[in-house]
Amino acid sequence: MIFARGLRKSFPGTSGQTVEAVRGIDVQVQRGESFGFLGPNGAGKSSTMRMIACVSPRTGGELSILGLDPELDGIRIRGRLGVVPQEDNLDLELTVRENLVIYGRYFGISRSECRRRAQELIEFAQLTDKADTKVDALSGGMKRRLTIARSLINDPELLLLDEPTTGLDPQARHVLWDRLFRLKTQGVTLVVTTHYMDEAEQLCDRLVVMDGGVIVAEGSPTELIGSHSSREVLELRFMPDAQQRAEPLVVDLVERVEVLPDRLLLYTQDSEATLEAVYARGVRPRSTLVRRSTLEDVFLRLTGRSLVD
Amino acid sequence: MATIDHSRAGPRPAEADAPSGGRLMVWEYLMRCWRRYAVLSLSEAIGTPLLYLLALGLGLGSLVDNGAQSAALGGVSYLQYIAPALLVAAAVQIGASEGSYPAYSRFKWSKVFWGVAATPVTPGQVCDGEVLFIGTRLLAASSLYYLVLLVFGVAGGPAGLLMIPSGVLTGIGCAVLILALGAALHSDGGAFAMVFRFVVVPLTLFSGSFFPITQLPLAVRWVAWVSPLWHGNELARGFALGTAELWPTVGHAAYLAALFVAGLALARRLYRRRLIV
Repeated sequence: MIFARGLRKSFPGTSGQTVEAVRGIDVQVQRGESFGFLGPNGAGKSSTMRMIACVSPRTGGELSILGLDPELDGIRIRGRLGVVPQEDNLDLELTVRENLVIYGRYFGISRSECRRRAQELIEFAQLTDKADTKVDALSGGMKRRLTIARSLINDPELLLLDEPTTGLDPQARHVLWDRLFRLKTQGVTLVVTTHYMDEAEQLCDRLVVMDGGVIVAEGSPTELIGSHSSREVLELRFMPDAQQRAEPLVVDLVERVEVLPDRLLLYTQDSEATLEAVYARGVRPRSTLVRRSTLEDVFLRLTGRSLVD
Repeated sequence: MATIDHSRAGPRPAEADAPSGGRLMVWEYLMRCWRRYAVLSLSEAIGTPLLYLLALGLGLGSLVDNGAQSAALGGVSYLQYIAPALLVAAAVQIGASEGSYPAYSRFKWSKVFWGVAATPVTPGQVCDGEVLFIGTRLLAASSLYYLVLLVFGVAGGPAGLLMIPSGVLTGIGCAVLILALGAALHSDGGAFAMVFRFVVVPLTLFSGSFFPITQLPLAVRWVAWVSPLWHGNELARGFALGTAELWPTVGHAAYLAALFVAGLALARRLYRRRLIV
């Protein structure tokens, strides 16, 4: 569905210099797959998505979407894509239904067919009660569901979601994930960008971690955790600044320690033994937590502390 | 950025493949938005001429005419003199205002144009759709204005009907320039307000709308010559008063058409540059 090799994108920056947003990435996405771009803000995820969506010409490298070259067949490709942009761009003055119908028309779908599909999608997005309400009155989660519904109006083969749940409350995120999971089971190819680890774990079969415009790791969530983190993580929580003083005392106990603003993360194969050793050194955290490694740990490892932005 | 467009993208062939209905779909969308305030805007389209005709035509006109018909106005009443110009001025007003914030907000605030750009519709077609919509809006407003003039008995003979296309052409010629400006702006910074205050208003005053430009000193008459509004006024007035001569009419129409074609090309180009980055 997507094939990219050495893909690059640079922009003229505000003060004359060239900003290299994407510095040569290789990506392949197969039909039916759920693929993720994970990375901190500014990693180049959105620039990559815009190139895939055929609204941003590449600066260099090869790119093929649905077997076509975006530079020659952008219009045909866009006709077969669904796009959920980072920022909603719905018409707030129109109703839910009108937004869907209008959008379908841009794909050359007849008015009656647009109305039929709009009704289906309103049900899919669980917006039946709001179908004839102005979008302005919708909650953030509802607007997001509408944007996703809108992206499906042309029955796309490939759905691009740029940070689909950023800014939503936990309840709204779970509803959205449920909808996306349904699409996945229907065989729609999903490409997601996110900086949420839980989202990547929920939605992606396979993902790449991007940082500074390049791909720093690739694999399934489990593979990434296996190859870039330890089996278990021991979290030691401290009062602010106390964690810095404790770090030298425990740093040689495990293979790796991450220092976060209020805690230390100790990467270990055996948390119980490590915890005993920590106490034996006289370190007294406010509280401790033993957990399994997650993508977040992989992310911290690969992108340094850039998580904090 | 322009160099990228030409040297490598060269997607002119691809652009030709677009469903040509794209511009109509954008027009359809804008018409649907307009439906929400159409009653208001159409009542305004009748109310405004009424106010101007009463205040300027009957009020000020009674002083100007002073019983006798003024030679400088070509032997017609003041009301007859300004009527065609009022229609054209209203068209310019509508064209410029529809081309400013409403279009700009679709880039800047509601961002709906980015949603459209993700579909097979091309940026050039988005621009065309805007132009078609503003054209439709101008046609409706100028026709209503014509009807009001007809009621006041200052619409001239059958040729007076041509005031409508004169107004539309002048209004759309100004609108495409404002659309181009909006596509180039990344923050408003009062640019539209400046255009209205320092371009639209002075042009309205010095383009032979309320008095013949022969009353102006030669040194400032060029303002009128370059002003689309003056060409529109001359065109409309010629039709309404039956004084139109072939070559001046062709000249005025050609100037306005050239302005529109150049403005449209510029606007399309800037829409493309804005939406494809």
